Amino acid sequence: MMEFLDSYRDREASLRFAEEIKRVVTRPWTLMEVCGGQTHSIVRYGLHALLPQEITLVHGPGCPVCVTPIEMIDKGIALARLPGVTLCTFGDMLRVPGSSGDLFRAKSEGADVRIVYSPLDSLKIARENPNRAVVFFAIGFETTAPANAMAVYQANQEKLRNYSVLCSQVLVPPAMNAVLSAQRNRIQGFLAAGHVCTVMGYEEYERIARDYRVPIVVTGFEPVDILQGILLCVQQLETGRAVVENPYSRSVKREGNRVAQDMVQRVFQICDRNWRGMGDIADSGLSLRETYREYDASSRYNVEVATHDSEDGCISGLVLQGLKKPKECCHFGKRCTPEHPLGATMVSSEGACAAYYRYDSSSPIGGR
Amino acid sequence: MELSCPLPETMPESIQLGHGSGGMMTHQLLEGVVFPAFGNSLLATRHDGAVMRVGNSRVAFTTDSYVVNPRFFPGGNIGSLAVFGTVNDLAMCGARPSHLSVGLIAEEGLAIAELTRVVRSMQEAAEAASVTIVTGDTKVVDRGHGDGLYINTSGVGICEHSLHIAPSSVRSGDVVLLSGDIGRHGIAVLARREGLEFEGAIESDCTSLHRSTLSLVDSGVDVHCLRDLTRGGLATALKDIADGSGLGVDVVEHQIPLSQEVHGACELLGLDPLYVACEGRYIAIVPAEQADKALEILRACPESQGAVQVGVIGESTGVRLESVLGTKRVVDRLPGEQLPRIC
Repeated sequence: MMEFLDSYRDREASLRFAEEIKRVVTRPWTLMEVCGGQTHSIVRYGLHALLPQEITLVHGPGCPVCVTPIEMIDKGIALARLPGVTLCTFGDMLRVPGSSGDLFRAKSEGADVRIVYSPLDSLKIARENPNRAVVFFAIGFETTAPANAMAVYQANQEKLRNYSVLCSQVLVPPAMNAVLSAQRNRIQGFLAAGHVCTVMGYEEYERIARDYRVPIVVTGFEPVDILQGILLCVQQLETGRAVVENPYSRSVKREGNRVAQDMVQRVFQICDRNWRGMGDIADSGLSLRETYREYDASSRYNVEVATHDSEDGCISGLVLQGLKKPKECCHFGKRCTPEHPLGATMVSSEGACAAYYRYDSSSPIGGR
Repeated sequence: MELSCPLPETMPESIQLGHGSGGMMTHQLLEGVVFPAFGNSLLATRHDGAVMRVGNSRVAFTTDSYVVNPRFFPGGNIGSLAVFGTVNDLAMCGARPSHLSVGLIAEEGLAIAELTRVVRSMQEAAEAASVTIVTGDTKVVDRGHGDGLYINTSGVGICEHSLHIAPSSVRSGDVVLLSGDIGRHGIAVLARREGLEFEGAIESDCTSLHRSTLSLVDSGVDVHCLRDLTRGGLATALKDIADGSGLGVDVVEHQIPLSQEVHGACELLGLDPLYVACEGRYIAIVPAEQADKALEILRACPESQGAVQVGVIGESTGVRLESVLGTKRVVDRLPGEQLPRIC
């Protein structure tokens, strides 16, 4: 596996793509990498330092931890604090600040919070602990949706009554629409998230490319993938084209993974969703279908949460929309650090602020 | 479009898991609560153990507690770990470990057979490391007030040299040698705890390191600092040394040995191997002109046969890592536990 991956981290190939980008670029272009995993790679490998100054990369809303709305975090914390409840969640979620405190704090105060690596692990916990009410915090994009759907489907097959999910699934294309429709939008091209397209395909992106006249390149996560994605995007921009290209064909087919899509379809339906930092976006989320309503933790447990956002000068909303870069925030690295985040983008390793802080904050050499 | 601003989480008022991670939160807890209470010149060296004069000898003294879950993992168990861990802390002082104490805190209900396996394993480890377990204590806590078994070990050893092995002895221009590949222990324990299966079994690197460190010291290498890579991994150890010396470290990523298995597991889980724990690896910081000699000595010892140079000490503070692409980035402590990424 590693030899395979290493070929996409190859220094020569990376530098060749960087040189080619320098050769074809004639004027400034602003591109957005949609996924936080790509942001992580860009900052980790210092890819921005290899790019000509005409290229500005802005970081998209594709960090599931960052965009989960604060009321959902509050609900998760409130559920975890209920007697008899075991809340299962992906690790990153524990540090996301809610209205008061985070899941780490709830855990330290006695809540039963467990980190799982797959939603199927939460099913196992439910099977093994019939006296506990197990709630899985189902967050993420189209990438986590199939496995999360599978967990609910399987719970239903097994009639696992002590299992439910707190669902905050979100979808990428409506967020791209929202970014492009914003009055102050400056995004001219997208690196679409390769793993989202692996599941969903890219037919939907063809409409976005056409409607907004914006190039979209389906892009992977390794340095060579990302530099190739940037090159193809810049070539389109320089030649006035705006189509979807898929250089990540080792993973992505146009139609995506039908089996996974069917499972998502079977369990979830499209709904409006609030995005932390971006606000309400129509048809941008998934919720459980009526058939599976009994597995919806929100309707099963009536937890009241008093959500309040503070006016604290955090610009994570602007960062998530690509309007600002992390270092443009006056709190970056000062009042706001990964151990004391002011905003969710400083929490997850996929969050743009955290990626900058971790790899780039005091670097005399690092990127722009 | 309406913008919202998430709220800050203030400094936690109670202990959280991250305070035990070895990262930033541990650092803050030590600097903010623990060190101020006990402040003295020996503690101020911020080393793995204290070295003090007792009679005519320089004695190294250290202690460590072990709470690993699961208690048995590929390549070791909580007992062998408790012996090797304390032996290694003494080794990092350049001492020859000699005697250990053992404190056992068992939870009501722990199988005697399991405890027997653990203490037998401790004795085997002690024999392998040529130390004697000479005193100890046993406590039992109510069911639910412990996680089966916790072990504390303390140890003493003699420094048979006049070197001052500590971060403050590190000099600009020194080189950083790493004794072998990183991350085995952390991944072995994680895989067992979470029931993850990877291609090729990954075993903990848990072993005693004093023969390797002593052969360096005994051969006349002017060892400036030694540090074993435990929780927090290589990155945290380098950052500790950078902070403790007031200097900086420049490391080259592709020179850091990493097995295919550990690398693959880290990729799958979204973990950075630089922060994954080891229990049988260390870094030695020595003058550049003695690098070749030191490497030759290290490679002659089975526990450090994979030794390589991974970096150099420079004037500019902090830790910087040169990536495979030749770009550089800053390496810092993690805030708390390293959390697997979602996607």
